[in-house]
Amino acid sequence: MNQPCPEGGPSRRAVLQSSAAIGVLAATGLGPPVARAATDTGLPMPVVAPVSITVNGRARALQVDTRATLLDTLRETLGLTGTKKGCDHGQCGACTVLIDGRRANACLTLAVMHDGDEVTTIEGLGTPENLHPMQAAFIKHDGFQCGYCTPGQICSAVGMLAEHRAGWPSAATADLTAAAELSGAEIQERMSGNLCRCSAYPNIVSAIREGAEA
Amino acid sequence: MKPFTYERAETVAQAAAASSRPGARLIAGGTNLLDLMKLEIETPTHLVDIGRLPLKDIAETADGGLRIGSQVANSDLAADDRVRRAYPLLAQALLAGASGQLRNRATTGGNLLQRTRCPYFYDTARPCNKRLPGSGCSALDGFNRMHAILGTSDACIAVHPSDMAVAMTALDARVETVAADGTTRSLGIPSLLRLPGDRPDLDHDLQPGEVITAVTLPPAPPGRQIYRKVRDRASYAFALVSVAAIVDAPAGRPAALRLALGGVAPRPWRATTAERLAAADGRPRNWQDVAEAALTGARGHGRNDFKLPLARRTVAAVLNEAAGTGRA
Repeated sequence: MNQPCPEGGPSRRAVLQSSAAIGVLAATGLGPPVARAATDTGLPMPVVAPVSITVNGRARALQVDTRATLLDTLRETLGLTGTKKGCDHGQCGACTVLIDGRRANACLTLAVMHDGDEVTTIEGLGTPENLHPMQAAFIKHDGFQCGYCTPGQICSAVGMLAEHRAGWPSAATADLTAAAELSGAEIQERMSGNLCRCSAYPNIVSAIREGAEA
Repeated sequence: MKPFTYERAETVAQAAAASSRPGARLIAGGTNLLDLMKLEIETPTHLVDIGRLPLKDIAETADGGLRIGSQVANSDLAADDRVRRAYPLLAQALLAGASGQLRNRATTGGNLLQRTRCPYFYDTARPCNKRLPGSGCSALDGFNRMHAILGTSDACIAVHPSDMAVAMTALDARVETVAADGTTRSLGIPSLLRLPGDRPDLDHDLQPGEVITAVTLPPAPPGRQIYRKVRDRASYAFALVSVAAIVDAPAGRPAALRLALGGVAPRPWRATTAERLAAADGRPRNWQDVAEAALTGARGHGRNDFKLPLARRTVAAVLNEAAGTGRA
């Protein structure tokens, strides 16, 4: 897995983006389609606002549409496509990132709400040459099949382990006044916000168990 | 999503003033509001972000209770040692709700004001009196197995989806607010959240610009606390039925019972008839009768008829377990 693109070669995404743009321009023969639609229909114009977010350790000063989710901003504005869009409604967990160290659904929060925040995506956890221990554990335990939910699973697992280390209980914790052992049942409950359509759950739990010991 | 302007409130007064204007809405965690904005069920023209207001403390009150800032995340509240020791019911309810990711963003105030997950409220192609007043209720004769059996009207049978609020209702929590003119008030959850009547579009009794600043818990009453949630899957699902109970049942004396139900009504349902029956000095104590009384006035709508026996049996099981009088 994690085959890097050949140096200098066009990515599939870049090809898709450029052909889509050509399609639009060929159809209208005119400038930016968004601005045109807004004036023609009398719809309210988009509102743009400044926001400064540190993403994977790098400060980014952006002008964002106030409607832009953190997820779309990461993927479409910053090109960090490791974070996936699954349901876009906070139900699947594919978009899970760490905001100031805490896991969150990037689809259910606006970029403009995160001025001054630190966001960590899968790209910030590790690289193909220097994997994060949780990434390595997912590979070792085959904790995926299609891989689409995997970046969210890994970011969620990293956030979940920090919560467990801080002594947070879960719905699987029998004694709320004591620290819970990280059993299989605890991992399952704490990871229930990350769905895997391929149902790689047993291997995901094994990977997280190993990642927890790293 | 419709375009909107955005401001980050620096003070509660700023938040109250800004959100009192037409078209303005408060946003905190955003986990429910943004979901609804994407579907254009909610279409604010201005968002007032209260997520950075200094309302994130959990403090002990003079009388031995807890005052929870409205911006305390659900996950922080569930992890708080004082909550886990003195109000395990509340910690259990919070941990039974949503997912780890959502609990990190969802706030105490936002959880109370979250909107129903009725699928017809979400389906803009179908009539819904809550979304579009006067258009009709698709759930009455529709797929209503998730819907309410208590407190409904002919206009709406949607349920309030919160677990947290059910536990807080059993704990007699008080919700503190500040209005744009600086007026403060404190109200119980049954006063904050409305029954639908003929205005199901109005979920709550807050005025425009009125901001929830805190939820105050009185000292925990004596007795065993249990929150039990029954749902279609073991985790990350809304309740079919949930039960929050505090049972003090010493042998030979009338019991003191606090009982609230979730998943069955447009707001957390305080079962006062059942509480009074439990307190009556009838021995031997029969929790089955108390459970029956908890469903006083309940009515199914077809596909949710099963909720009546499910709720009755869940209440009886929880009360028996809490009192140590029967099989858990």
